[in-house]
Amino acid sequence: MAEDLLVARGLVVSYGRHGAPAVLHGVDLRVGKGETVGIVGESGSGKTTLGRALLGLVRPAAGTVAFAGDDITALDERSRHPLRRRMQMIFQDPMSSLNPRHTIGRILIEPVLLHGLADDRQAARTLVHGVLDRVGLARGTVDRYSYELSGGQRQRVGIARAVVLRPDFVLADEIVSGLDVSTQAQVLRLLQELTSEMHLALAFISHDLSVIRSICQRVVVMRDGRVVEEGACERVFAAPASDYTRMLIDAIPLPEVDPGWLARGASVEAAATA
Amino acid sequence: MSAPRLAIDALSAISLRDGGKPILRRVSLSVGRGEVHGLVGESGAGKSTIAKAVLGIIPAQVKVTSGAIGFEGRNLLSLSAKELRAVLGRDIALVPQDPATALNPSRRIDAQMTDGLRLKRGLSAREARVRAAALLEEVQIRDPERVLMSYPHQLSGGMRQRVLIAAAFGLEPKLVIADEPTTALDVTVQKQILRLIRALQERHGTSVLFVSHDLGVVAKVCDRLTVLYMGKVMEQGATAEVLAAPRHPYTRALLAANPRYDRPDTGLEPTPPEVVAALRAEIAAFDASAVEPRHG
Amino acid sequence: MEHWAPASAPATADIGPPPLSVVSRLVRDPKVVGASGFVLVLIVLAVAASLIAPKDPLAQNLLLADVPPAGFSGAEPGYLIGTDGLGRDVLSRVIFGTRVSLTVAFVAAGLACLIGSLLGLLAGYLGGWIDTLISRLVDIWMAFPPVLLSILLVAVLGAGLHSVITAIVVIDWTRFCRVIRTETMGQAQMDYVVAARTIGFARPAILFREIFPNVVPVLIALLTLEMGIAVVVEAILSFVGLSVSSDTPTWGGMIAEGRQLVHEAWWVLAAPLAALFATVVAFNQLGDGLARSLDPVLRR
Repeated sequence: MAEDLLVARGLVVSYGRHGAPAVLHGVDLRVGKGETVGIVGESGSGKTTLGRALLGLVRPAAGTVAFAGDDITALDERSRHPLRRRMQMIFQDPMSSLNPRHTIGRILIEPVLLHGLADDRQAARTLVHGVLDRVGLARGTVDRYSYELSGGQRQRVGIARAVVLRPDFVLADEIVSGLDVSTQAQVLRLLQELTSEMHLALAFISHDLSVIRSICQRVVVMRDGRVVEEGACERVFAAPASDYTRMLIDAIPLPEVDPGWLARGASVEAAATA
Repeated sequence: MSAPRLAIDALSAISLRDGGKPILRRVSLSVGRGEVHGLVGESGAGKSTIAKAVLGIIPAQVKVTSGAIGFEGRNLLSLSAKELRAVLGRDIALVPQDPATALNPSRRIDAQMTDGLRLKRGLSAREARVRAAALLEEVQIRDPERVLMSYPHQLSGGMRQRVLIAAAFGLEPKLVIADEPTTALDVTVQKQILRLIRALQERHGTSVLFVSHDLGVVAKVCDRLTVLYMGKVMEQGATAEVLAAPRHPYTRALLAANPRYDRPDTGLEPTPPEVVAALRAEIAAFDASAVEPRHG
Repeated sequence: MEHWAPASAPATADIGPPPLSVVSRLVRDPKVVGASGFVLVLIVLAVAASLIAPKDPLAQNLLLADVPPAGFSGAEPGYLIGTDGLGRDVLSRVIFGTRVSLTVAFVAAGLACLIGSLLGLLAGYLGGWIDTLISRLVDIWMAFPPVLLSILLVAVLGAGLHSVITAIVVIDWTRFCRVIRTETMGQAQMDYVVAARTIGFARPAILFREIFPNVVPVLIALLTLEMGIAVVVEAILSFVGLSVSSDTPTWGGMIAEGRQLVHEAWWVLAAPLAALFATVVAFNQLGDGLARSLDPVLRR
């Protein structure tokens, strides 16, 4: 089995003042080197918060996060800096995750220079050209702004930004939710290729179980801030141990006619959502 | 075979803003009595434009250049604003996409629901309120009084959508346009809502034009499908046939790109360049042959 | 540096030609061109007033008092807009008046903007006790009646341009602070700020390189609005005699004099009023046009 890279134990996160309701109630998660783990849940499940806690963007009220064996839970910004290069993120809405006032070139070159991956601006530019080639964008994109690109192109920029620093771990937070199915296919293919080429550990947050089944080896099912089920995709989808997981899988409409689908599970849902 | 409820005939439209770029290319489709017809396509295909055309709310920068929308023996496009207003809300109703923005945040639910009933069905305030409560029960809301007294922000997304569905079907319209009604919902709530729409539709014999980008969703509730790409109909037919044995390469590509949890090694197929080229050629050929003199 | 393997994914669609650069967009907007042209004219008039004005604005000629503008009966050649009660050339006085008005517009509005925006940025981005402190300060500050405060300041500092400018800055910085704080808070929620944190940029860098450029359109709109306000405030203060000494011609002072002559010599009131109006409109239109051209969201 893959050696553990990122391990979270007993994460408790709540927003707001002391005594505010918790968003995560003691969550465990592990992602191995080169492994793709799916984190699935409906709205309010806490999956986005979990992602942010892993990256140190929110401080947990309790629990630990360890990266490559070191406890990184309580690091301050300065100590966390070298870690930043190794843990990156791709966002859901490429429109708001790319600064509208910066050119794509600037968005990609500055991180390279910040982490000393190139000696000067010229070398950084060359590196960025290489990444753009890899994600299938024209080199002229460096001079463009995000609003000049299509949704799929913007998401490729998001991917480029996440991988240009050659991280060990990437968090993908609902990255294909707003895309057409054909663009989604392209973006996910690209992500799969990159994760295998670079031996990346990938935590893939999504509400779409079919997408997760297609690209993840393991899946973690979340509900109301807790992990309800966890395991290899093959096993979880074939024989879900939790009723909730079963309900989620059952609710996915496959693109084929199935007259009994609508009626199936009605009583289970009514009980669960009462 | 009785006459269809809705008959869109060779509808074409252009965008005035992009220099006359075609948005709809001679789209024809018909929705029979009691039929749920799926209008499926990716974003920008023109499905929303068609829905808006039926509802008479096309934005100013879009111009219909030819075609007709037949409803109950009349062409909706040729009705005056006053005549159209009489038809909308009464015979044609809308279930909108985003329940969060479709409801007025500063008015209670009972006020918003009774508006239509009083205006379109001439009910008194008291009668409308009673009817609204009954409608909420029909959409399986357990505590209609509480919901009626609530403001939209106090309800969940699924609850809001049920209210909107109740409001749409409550007017006993002949045709309901459902514009991506489950896109903003969680998948379990989506299933409940789809079940609800189908149940109401069967009970009242309503025809439904169901607009969606999701092939899985239309597979479960629609009797027939129209597949749209760049404003042009690519394929049309019974749902089972279109999905099980698609004839057009676009439909096939769409199906191939959809991931399926039961077939993990399939899906996520990007559309091959040959298919993209063929599609472009098809559209270009259509545009070239459609250069006809504008009718006065 | 390791080499990136070429993409195996199919080539993406063309991006299309780049849209116009900011400058090209600006020169194509009639609002911006017209308004900035007018402001430019005002600046030239202010700077080169002594060269452009036909007469000495202070020169009195009681024999030629209350002369109507050109085209009316009784007009005198050389006095295009006529003369006032002391025989001074109205046109020259209006031209010299631009000096005071523009100085106040640029300096007062500029300083209020600088102080207010800086505090707003810090309050909006840093939050916590800094935000509480600054916000409470703004709340208390705004509770003082502005007119009273201006008069108080002028009384303490003595009448003159410096007190007018101080009064405007002291009162109006709060407007900038509030608006910029809200705008900053909005931008700080955006994913591109989270992305910058993930990449490891330091907090000050994030504020000034990521957030600030997105706050600039609102800032510019507010600044030009403030310039218009500053000009009017100066006119009000010189109307009540609290601005510069009566030797220097100001539009407000001319309005005060013209008010008393409105039946005999209406042009003495009309000319500075028209100048004031046109200037404020120009500043507002300029701000509107700039904000629209600079903000990619508004443009679409």
